[in-house]
Amino acid sequence: MNSFLRIALVAFLTAGLAVSTAGIGSGAPKEKVIKLTAKKFEYSPAEITVKKGEPVVIEVSSEDVKHGFTLPDFGIRTDIKPGSVNRISFTPDKAGRFAFACDVFCGAGHEEMSGTLIVTE
Amino acid sequence: MHRRDFIKLAGLGGVVFASGLGVKVLGAGGPSDGRTSPDEFYFVQLSDTHWGFDGPSINPDSQGTLKKAVAAVNTLDEQPDFVVFTGDLTHITEDRQARRDRMAQFHDIAGALKAKTVRFMAGEHDASLDRGEAYQEFFGELNYTFDHKGVHFVVIDNVSDPSALVGEAQLKWLQSDLGRLKKDAPIVVLTHRPLFDLYPQWDWTTRDGTAVINALMPYKNVTVFYGHIHQEHHFMTGHIAHHAAKSLMFPLPAPGSTPKRAPLPWDASAPYKGLGFRDVEADVRKARFEIAELAVSKT
Repeated sequence: MNSFLRIALVAFLTAGLAVSTAGIGSGAPKEKVIKLTAKKFEYSPAEITVKKGEPVVIEVSSEDVKHGFTLPDFGIRTDIKPGSVNRISFTPDKAGRFAFACDVFCGAGHEEMSGTLIVTE
Repeated sequence: MHRRDFIKLAGLGGVVFASGLGVKVLGAGGPSDGRTSPDEFYFVQLSDTHWGFDGPSINPDSQGTLKKAVAAVNTLDEQPDFVVFTGDLTHITEDRQARRDRMAQFHDIAGALKAKTVRFMAGEHDASLDRGEAYQEFFGELNYTFDHKGVHFVVIDNVSDPSALVGEAQLKWLQSDLGRLKKDAPIVVLTHRPLFDLYPQWDWTTRDGTAVINALMPYKNVTVFYGHIHQEHHFMTGHIAHHAAKSLMFPLPAPGSTPKRAPLPWDASAPYKGLGFRDVEADVRKARFEIAELAVSKT
């Protein structure tokens, strides 16, 4: 795992109950919350833009079957099961374009199921 | 035609000499000429044949490429001790019957090989959607071992779990198998995915592959042959050499060289470019292997 990465929380919540509470009353920078949906064989949105140094929560969910979400450049991966929302919290510490992809073989189009995290300065 | 002559005529890029101590490229027709010792043998690795793939812009000869490779192996006047297919025998289909039809067709085509022994392994296209159910109906166990002329071969399944896990049960099986071997025993691991993190952004990894490598690390003479990435690739994890083979359906880009891992389009000016298979010469006494990359013939 990237030693500079701060993964604050990866939690399973029931669908519809995903609420970002981090930062409330703590004085910490407020997280940017991004909803990411997985379905055969795409992510929506396929591009996510965030700012370097800004805390981010990606809420990932599946509309059909079990998928995966892997973002190796930040040492992040999780399964995405239908009916639940996974919250991935981290603070990107480097700028650039970084691929994320499904790493649970989900069907005939699995190998095309990918996206890009764009981290701006 | 003598096999070595065939290799030279095939216009190969050279012979890769591989051992537990490193990898270097030698000239074609190099040190393997004149193999006479009973401690030496060779096998042929074919990989990622993706039978059932249909994409004219990627491979307009999708129905013929595998058959040409089989014919090329059969032209060798000295047949290999065995042929091994390192996974993705068939291209994925979500139709259960079509999957079986493809496997049956592939089985028939591979049955034309003259080599007396043909060994199979699954890729994720064969086994990830049904945890290897159809594959096992046609080709048998997903993981197994065999011994050949003093070399211990271990076939590791890192595809039937759709999460690309070898899994605890198989890891225990591997540790038990290795436990009865001497630390200097020649060991060859055959698997489909890379056991190391070659490029996880494209799923070119095995999630618990590090545990496999750790189990192998105490053994001095370990070589891994695998497929999945559709290109020749050589890598060392410590003293363990890992060699990826070309596909017999379509090549893929070098790791991370393009935004997507999409198949490379067919080059009409160089048909079958990027496709091929390999000849692996084993020197058991020295626990080393020579790899000759072979091209697919136009005829």
